[in-house]
Amino acid sequence: MDYSTLIFKAIFLIIILLVTLVVAMYSTYAERKVAAFMQDRNGPNRAGPFGLLQPLADGLKMFMKEEIIPLTANKYLFILGPSIAMTTALLTGVVIPWGDTLTIGDHVYSLQMADLNIGILYVFAMVSIGVYGIMIGGWASNNKYALLGAIRAASQMISYELAMGMSIIALVLTTGSLSLHDIVSQQHGMHWNIFYQPLGFFIFLTCAFAETNRAPFDLPECETELIGGYHTEYSSMKLGFYLFAEYVNMFISSAVIATLYFGGYNMPFIDQLGLSSNAVTFIGMGFFFIKIFAFIFLFMWIRWTLPRFRYDQLMNMGWKGLIPLAIFNILATGTYYFFTSLK
Amino acid sequence: MEKLTNRSVVASDKKMTFMERIYVPAILKGMSITITHFFKKKTTINYPEEKREFSKVYRGQHVLKRDDEGRERCTACGLCAVACPAEAITMVAAERKPGEEHLYREEKYAAIYEINMLRCIFCGDCEDACPKEAIFLTDRIVASEYKRKPFVYGKDILVEPMDLRVDISARQTSAVHDFKKNKAFAHNR
Ligand code: SF4
Ligand code: SF4
Repeated sequence: MDYSTLIFKAIFLIIILLVTLVVAMYSTYAERKVAAFMQDRNGPNRAGPFGLLQPLADGLKMFMKEEIIPLTANKYLFILGPSIAMTTALLTGVVIPWGDTLTIGDHVYSLQMADLNIGILYVFAMVSIGVYGIMIGGWASNNKYALLGAIRAASQMISYELAMGMSIIALVLTTGSLSLHDIVSQQHGMHWNIFYQPLGFFIFLTCAFAETNRAPFDLPECETELIGGYHTEYSSMKLGFYLFAEYVNMFISSAVIATLYFGGYNMPFIDQLGLSSNAVTFIGMGFFFIKIFAFIFLFMWIRWTLPRFRYDQLMNMGWKGLIPLAIFNILATGTYYFFTSLK
Repeated sequence: MEKLTNRSVVASDKKMTFMERIYVPAILKGMSITITHFFKKKTTINYPEEKREFSKVYRGQHVLKRDDEGRERCTACGLCAVACPAEAITMVAAERKPGEEHLYREEKYAAIYEINMLRCIFCGDCEDACPKEAIFLTDRIVASEYKRKPFVYGKDILVEPMDLRVDISARQTSAVHDFKKNKAFAHNR
C-alpha cells in the first residue's frame, strides 16, 4: 500500500465518519418531522429555517445537562456502556462499499474502507458487540428498570440474530461470497438480490428492526413500562450517546440492507448512459444514499405506525415465526441451487 | 342500551385468524393510513404568527370600562367580588372628591381593584353581576409571566385607556340589552 492510498483512505475515513454523524444527527430531525407529519402536526420549526438547526440545539442541550453518575453505579462500566454502543455503531461503516472505484490521476481508489473477505460476518460481529453496550450500561446502572431493559435487549438481540444470520446464509448461497464488495458487484444493473431472496429480505428487514431496538421492537427502552429501560439512569451526553447510537445504527442498517438486497451503489441502465467511470461512481454513490434514506424513512414510517409488541409476541414471532421461515428459506434456496447445478 | 356512537366495537379475545397472526396485512394497512396522513393538511397552526379566529363571545382578560365621557363606570359595589366563584376579585372603595367628577361617574369608586388572573376561571359571572356595566371579559389573552405576582392585575392594566377603548359590543348580548332598556336602571345609561 503506497502513501497516496493511505492518505486517500484517511481522508475517506474522516468523510465517512462525518457523513455518518451528520446523517444520524439529521435523522433525529427527520424522525421528529416524520412523526409530526404522520400525526397531522408541523414538527420542529423554530430553530432556524424549517427548524433545521434543531439537532444542533438538541446536542447543545445534551452537553449543558448535568452529568449524573449514581452513587451505587459501577463507574467504569457506567462510562464504558455508552462508549461501546457508540463505537460499535460507528465501526460497521468500515466494510460498507459506499461507491465503486474513483480514478484520480493514474491511481484507482476503492470507495470502501476495507474490503474484508468476511464483510458480512464483520457486520454481524459489530452488531453483536453492540448489545454489550446496552447490557453493560443497564447492569452498571444498578437500577432494576435498567437491568430489565438490558436483559430484554440481550434476549431480543440473541433471538433475532439467529433469524438474521440464517437469512444471510440463504443470501450467501446465492452470492457465493461473504465479501460485501463482491456481493454488490454481482448485483450490477438490476440483478438485485431482493428479486432472488424476497423472503430472506423480509426476514432480514424484520430482524434489522429488532437489532436496532426500533419500534415495534423497542422493548429494551420502552418508556411506558421501563421508564427508558437501560438508559434510565443516564443523563447528559452519555444519554445522548445511547440515543445517537440508535440513529447511527439505523443509518448503518439501512446501508447494509441497501448493500445486501438492493444492489448498493448499482443502479439500472447506468451502462447505457456511457458516462466516464468517475461520474458513474458519483451517481452510484448518490443513488446508494437515496436507497439508504428510503430505508431510514421506512424505519420511521413503521415506528410511527405500529404500537410496541408484547414481550411474548416478540419471542413467539422470533422463535416460532422467523426462524422456521429462515430455515425454510435456506432449504428452498439450497434445493434450488442443488438441482440447477446438477444440470 | 342505546349506543352513544356507531363507532364502538365489542371487545373479544377470539383466536386470531392466520392472516391476523402473520401481522403483515395489518401492518401494511396501518402504514397506508399513516402515509395518507403524511400528506394531509396539518391541523396545527404556527401560533404567534397565525391566530385562530376567536368565538364571538370568547371570555378572556377583563376590562374595566369607561363611559362615553371617559369616566370610570365602576362604583366599587363589590357585587362582582361576591359573584366570583373563584374569589379572584378584591377592591378598596373610596369617595369621589369634588373636582373629580370627570374621573369617576359615581360618588363612590374603586381606588384599588385587583383581579388575580391565576385564580380566575373566566366564567364571566363578574360581568353578569355588575349593575353598572363596568366590567367585561374581552377576547384578549392573558399574557404569561415568570412569577406569580404580576398575575394580580391592578387598575393600571384593567381600566381601559382613554385613547385605546376596548370594543365589548360582542359581549353585550340580548340579555344585556334588555337590562339596559329596563326603566328601573335608567340611571345607568
Ligand atoms: S370571570 Fe369569573 S372567576 Fe374570573 S373574576 Fe370574573 S367572576 Fe371571578
Ligand atoms: S365592577 Fe361592577 S360589580 Fe364590580 S365593583 Fe365595579 S360596579 Fe360593582
